[in-house]
Amino acid sequence: MKFDWIAKAQHLLQTLALCLAAAAIQYAFRPERPYEIALVYSLCIGTSIWMLIDFGRELFASAARTGWPTGHTAWLLPLGSVIGGYGLGTLAADWWFGWSSWSGVGLSTLPASLLITALAGAAASYYFYSKTQSGYLRTRVAEASFQASQARLKLLESQLEPHMLFNTLANLRVLIDADPARAQTMLDHLIAYLRATLNASRTGTHTLDTEFARLRDYLELMAIRMGPRLSFELTLPPELASAQVPTLLLQPLVENAIRHGLEPKVAGGHIAVRAQRAGSALLLEVDDTGIGIPVSGIADGGFGLTQVRERLHTMYGAAAQLALLRGRPDGVGVRIHLPDAASNATPR
Amino acid sequence: MNDRNVPTALIAEDEPLLASALKKALAVAWPELDIVAMVGDGPSAVTQALALAPDVLFLDIRMPGLSGLDAASEIADDWEAGPTAGKPFPALVFVTAYDQYAVQAFEARAVDYLLKPLQEPRLRQTVARLQQALASRAMAEPGNSAAASGANPSLEQALEHLRHLVSVAAPVARLSVLQASVGNVIRVVPVDEVLLLEAADKYVRVLTAQHEYLIRTPLRELLPQLDGTQFWQVHRAHVVRVQAIDTVTRDEAGKLWLQLRGRPERVAVSRLHAHLFKAM
Repeated sequence: MKFDWIAKAQHLLQTLALCLAAAAIQYAFRPERPYEIALVYSLCIGTSIWMLIDFGRELFASAARTGWPTGHTAWLLPLGSVIGGYGLGTLAADWWFGWSSWSGVGLSTLPASLLITALAGAAASYYFYSKTQSGYLRTRVAEASFQASQARLKLLESQLEPHMLFNTLANLRVLIDADPARAQTMLDHLIAYLRATLNASRTGTHTLDTEFARLRDYLELMAIRMGPRLSFELTLPPELASAQVPTLLLQPLVENAIRHGLEPKVAGGHIAVRAQRAGSALLLEVDDTGIGIPVSGIADGGFGLTQVRERLHTMYGAAAQLALLRGRPDGVGVRIHLPDAASNATPR
Repeated sequence: MNDRNVPTALIAEDEPLLASALKKALAVAWPELDIVAMVGDGPSAVTQALALAPDVLFLDIRMPGLSGLDAASEIADDWEAGPTAGKPFPALVFVTAYDQYAVQAFEARAVDYLLKPLQEPRLRQTVARLQQALASRAMAEPGNSAAASGANPSLEQALEHLRHLVSVAAPVARLSVLQASVGNVIRVVPVDEVLLLEAADKYVRVLTAQHEYLIRTPLRELLPQLDGTQFWQVHRAHVVRVQAIDTVTRDEAGKLWLQLRGRPERVAVSRLHAHLFKAM
């Protein structure tokens, strides 16, 4: 077992201060007794209780994370320690003075000192308990905010992949000279793409129409870069144009299809994104003819796919489904079923 | 340099606009340079470089088929095997939009590279350096002395650089297990049991003494996550457990082959990694 000795020493010092205060109060009530007696008993009992609690709590596994045991142990530990510490401390002080508190004249002072011990013990226990709790919560909050910012950073990195950005700018630079009109179109797509990825609140929704427009921006950019190696097709029936979907839901899937499917393939290929109604559900399909994923690949789902799954889950619970079709001779397909397309999709 | 006075180059870049832009910029910065081939993928870069033996190779790092670095390694590997034997190895210029680690490696090895979008002043600098390198090479190798002496200094130097460049990757945590899915089950394979990793078409074959698994993570991504003292890359497509190597044999063509303990496969060692094996 490894102890944090500095923390232990701090606790001991705080306990000693409390003991001095308790001794002073006792002396104030009974000035006829020598101050030494109150002081020695208070110090012995206080130190014993501190030892029992501060080292005793290390024995409980439930205290490993928070610093304080949970369940009944949370109050049994201080209670037992106060009783045990009172006994031990009294024995030690008796030995110091060379008398016994358990017989004769000492017995009359027992109830008062027991009361003081119980009050001081309860106060000190509560003080240390709330201190460890707030310390634990502080580290928890720090951990959680660190994880959240890591996730945000990862998301941003996946959205604004520097490689994609610089290659696009390189193409733009060439076009400005060779074909200014096309350069302007490309720049407009880039602006729309950047604005969408940077502004998109990851919790809101927008219409399928807007979703497809953003996909088109990205695919037009990629089509200029990849030339004849990329062809694409976006199919959105007019009656579904106003259906609500989570913002940029399909974006990571299309980026995956390009990055992992078509870019590594020498001949390039085709991407098809379709929306259609399937019964009462809204069916979204993303298909590519890239290098595909073999059936026996590593568990499915890089960051992009995981993120889409999580968003579907938080918005629709079990009502939305995502299926990855792989092991096909040619490319990868993703099918997303969203509930309730007819009533304009009402996310929770 | 077939015609002693006209320098030649190959451009390997998968984005058509960028390829033609580089060609145009080179026409301005280096009018004598003859672009003998323009290719859009790694494998074509290898075949064309070996067929045409240009003086300079401009290689994009991210290309379909093979990365620029892997293509350069393959070219170096087969340089002495074909009609290019004895000829000076091409000067290498890598082109990249954004590859932090690669760029750091280029800086460290003083290997030439160009960043996209291309900047003319930087291209002129590169061209000046290339012209100087080609000139000093022509001085150092009058006639065909290289073939006579048996060693090819420009090839050896390129191999030396490439060895360092291909080993550079983002620092990552060590893997202790590999996860391979078999049907609906994910098999967890301890790295300690793995004897050989072999890159196949779309996946990597993982061989233990008894079993074979397929995983999708590319070898290039796995490699930095393996302990370099336990696993050696001996070929672009092969990573072996060092302890599992039984014998190393040299065949008539001078190529090295590994025989593993506990596996029937013979594993080829590429020229790039042949320096790993020598009698002590």
